[in-house]
Amino acid sequence: MTATETDADHQVAPTGGLIVENLGVTLTGRPVDVVDDIDLVLRPGEVVGLVGESGSGKTTVGTSLLGYARAGAVISSGKVLIEDRDVLKLPWREVRQLRGEEIAYVPQDPASALNPSIRIGKQIVELLELRGIGTAASRLQGARDGLAEVGLPNDDEFLKRYAHQLSGGQVQRVALAMAFLPKPKVLVLDEPTTGLDVTTQKMVLDTMAELCRAHHVSALYVTHDLAVVANIADRVAVMYAGQIAELGPRDTIFANPAHPYTRALLDSIPHLSQARALKGIPGRTPSPGSRPDGCRFNDRCSFAIDECRQQVPELRTIAPDHEVRCIRVEEIGTWDISRGTVPDSDPDKKRDIILSVQGLNIFYGRKQVVHDASFDLAKGEVVALVGESGSGKTTISRSVGGLHKDWTGTISFEGRELAKSARQRSAEDRKRIQYIFQNPYLSLNPRLTVEQIIRRPMELFGIAKGKQATDRVLELMEQVALGSQMLRYQANRLSGGERQRVAIARALAAEPDVMICDEITSALDVSVQGSIVALLEGLRKDRGISMLFVTHNLALVRSIAARVEILQAGRVVEAGSVVTVMETPKEDYTRKLLSNSPRID
Amino acid sequence: MSGTTTPPKTSSFFRKAMRQKRFTFGLTVTLLVVAFAVFAPHLAPYGENETAGPPFAKDGVFGTDYLGQDVLSRLMHGGQSILVISLLATLLGMVVGVLIGVVAAYSGGWWDEVIMRLNDVLLAFPQILLALVVLTALEKPSSLVVIVLVGASHAPRVARVSRGVALGIVSRDFVVAAEALGERRSRVILAEVLPNMTGPLLAEAGLRLTYSIGLVAALGFLGFATDPGAANWGLMMKENQLALSTQPWGVVAPVLMIAIFTIATNLMADGLAQASQKGDD
Repeated sequence: MTATETDADHQVAPTGGLIVENLGVTLTGRPVDVVDDIDLVLRPGEVVGLVGESGSGKTTVGTSLLGYARAGAVISSGKVLIEDRDVLKLPWREVRQLRGEEIAYVPQDPASALNPSIRIGKQIVELLELRGIGTAASRLQGARDGLAEVGLPNDDEFLKRYAHQLSGGQVQRVALAMAFLPKPKVLVLDEPTTGLDVTTQKMVLDTMAELCRAHHVSALYVTHDLAVVANIADRVAVMYAGQIAELGPRDTIFANPAHPYTRALLDSIPHLSQARALKGIPGRTPSPGSRPDGCRFNDRCSFAIDECRQQVPELRTIAPDHEVRCIRVEEIGTWDISRGTVPDSDPDKKRDIILSVQGLNIFYGRKQVVHDASFDLAKGEVVALVGESGSGKTTISRSVGGLHKDWTGTISFEGRELAKSARQRSAEDRKRIQYIFQNPYLSLNPRLTVEQIIRRPMELFGIAKGKQATDRVLELMEQVALGSQMLRYQANRLSGGERQRVAIARALAAEPDVMICDEITSALDVSVQGSIVALLEGLRKDRGISMLFVTHNLALVRSIAARVEILQAGRVVEAGSVVTVMETPKEDYTRKLLSNSPRID
Repeated sequence: MSGTTTPPKTSSFFRKAMRQKRFTFGLTVTLLVVAFAVFAPHLAPYGENETAGPPFAKDGVFGTDYLGQDVLSRLMHGGQSILVISLLATLLGMVVGVLIGVVAAYSGGWWDEVIMRLNDVLLAFPQILLALVVLTALEKPSSLVVIVLVGASHAPRVARVSRGVALGIVSRDFVVAAEALGERRSRVILAEVLPNMTGPLLAEAGLRLTYSIGLVAALGFLGFATDPGAANWGLMMKENQLALSTQPWGVVAPVLMIAIFTIATNLMADGLAQASQKGDD
């Protein structure tokens, strides 16, 4: 079989897409719905974005299309129809055949889906063998064609590589190639670009969209990232607490969202083109079994009335193709994308330098990872360090925080030079510069209570002790919007957002002047990110705390920072005020980053 | 500060362990054996060194031993010393071993290498050999010497395990965070690292207790009992092996006790290990 035949086959066999009717998944142990009442149609050649925060059941829906439910859950009702066959009723032999050949799945972490001990070429040939595609002679060529289709090299050298010898984006494209080779009719993608840099993400997304349209493949794109969906989906389904809250064409969803949850989500997302006052959604996503009666969003919805608490709303059509699960759609007014927009921070504001970094070179053993970085931070100012993975942004922040000591150059704080490691610095310096970690699941000791965690810096730095310290802890918890009942909770009982608030409260307990925030929102849902950013903005204004904000998200930079340092391969390539850099970028690299960043505005 | 967290943490861990059938079974049997060792001496029909009849006779429940002492009474008197010695030896071995392991993991780099290589040298000796060498050199070893020797032979093995567990914890961000705050090193180890190791360490302690009993009994069997006249499960086996075919109870009874106890403690250790694997929720 040659490449031309492959293409021809795809084009002469357009499919009827896939229809999901009244799908429900429950837990096996207890009669608790994980997802229920899911109706969804994937038309041929169409990409449907399935958006939801963690715990919304989006991945459960995605894998249900393959007739699969994770251990502990079972598909309890509904139909998944592909060409009039119900996937859920087929005998398992046929389901096995169908998975991959008609409905393909691309997982979030392709590195774990590829066998690390088999060469790439062999793995693709094996796949073709398993699916009975081509002959022994033609399969190698088939593998080459598949790789060419996703824009990867297909020479012998590449075919001989192992998965670990490819970059993250390459691995994801190999996974895409393998998903497309058996010519499936439906593709389920489960957050395939999470963890990839914007440039790589853009490449993978473009490849995917192109292939879907060329081969009339319907795709369900499961993600938490609204900006990505805005760039690639034809239609968008927003999920909340196991149900579809809103479903409609992409442009409608982003221009005229009707469900309060969709609106709240959009309010919490930063824009590339303009600074915004981000807002979070109060409360936390209910888990299966503890979802409220009536409308599931009622306890967090600002439009909720008594009726919302009693009556379970149906998904109803309010415009062609646009369905919403809310009884008050007509009463809650319209929404505007520029709502929440605030002026960019003033680039000409007078700066009172508190922390200055000069000629910083950082090493890991013999390898130099940061070259001659210089920047400074003023009082009450947020400076963002932006770059792709491996650009050295976290390394710089760790060196400034005294967590990495293998560096040369000078870091001075209020004119005094700082020692290399935290242990060599004075208690005063340690107190006034606080570091907040990326992953709140790792940065809090799971054995300690919230109170113990937050009061420790106070005891250590002699700020308060005993009853006084406890009062202070309660005060701080209120500031970071944690209820006082959590005082005696152990950290492992908290959600990601709550943990990150505890981490922020711990930093605040030391009464710092500078906070170093290392990607502190990247492990969190967008609505939680919104509220954390709002919290930081308040702290900056009220207490005049300066922040070094490390991130890969340029849109977030626009909303939170006053100045930005763009890093590439350990060097600062462009620096300046956020408005200047983002409106009139001088470097190609900055321009590339900006153009590759997904945007919803 | 870590003191205040201990009660809720251990009790929740204990509750999780109690859900394991093997743990509850092991714990029950262990407690029964301990109760036997503690209370039996008061209920024994004969004294520890009291002659009950002719040697190797079938009098009483388990007959008599080589000196005509009642085997059941000897069994009842002999439990306490072996259990106490094993328990103290295990405690000693755990404390020393965990400290070595955690300090090695936490210091890292050069220190880690030095400590662990020295540890490897100790590991090269079979556990019982080290004890035998010292015991042979001493005229009349006291219980304390046995405890120290058995404990010392455990320490390098425990160190290896606890270093492995600690390595996974010292690199976590909350330890780095404590460092960045400038916490004392000893406090980082005691308050941040150790509390997160309790599960695997409890399991290891159970296993070490099993080995201790075997080791102490073996030393008794080899004639290194601290008091040659006193009842001792290990010693009893050696004393009565002559009549294994005619009066097997003299040997079988202590062997059974040791077997039951080691199986029970092992089941307990297993249950703890599984409970700790089930995560920290």
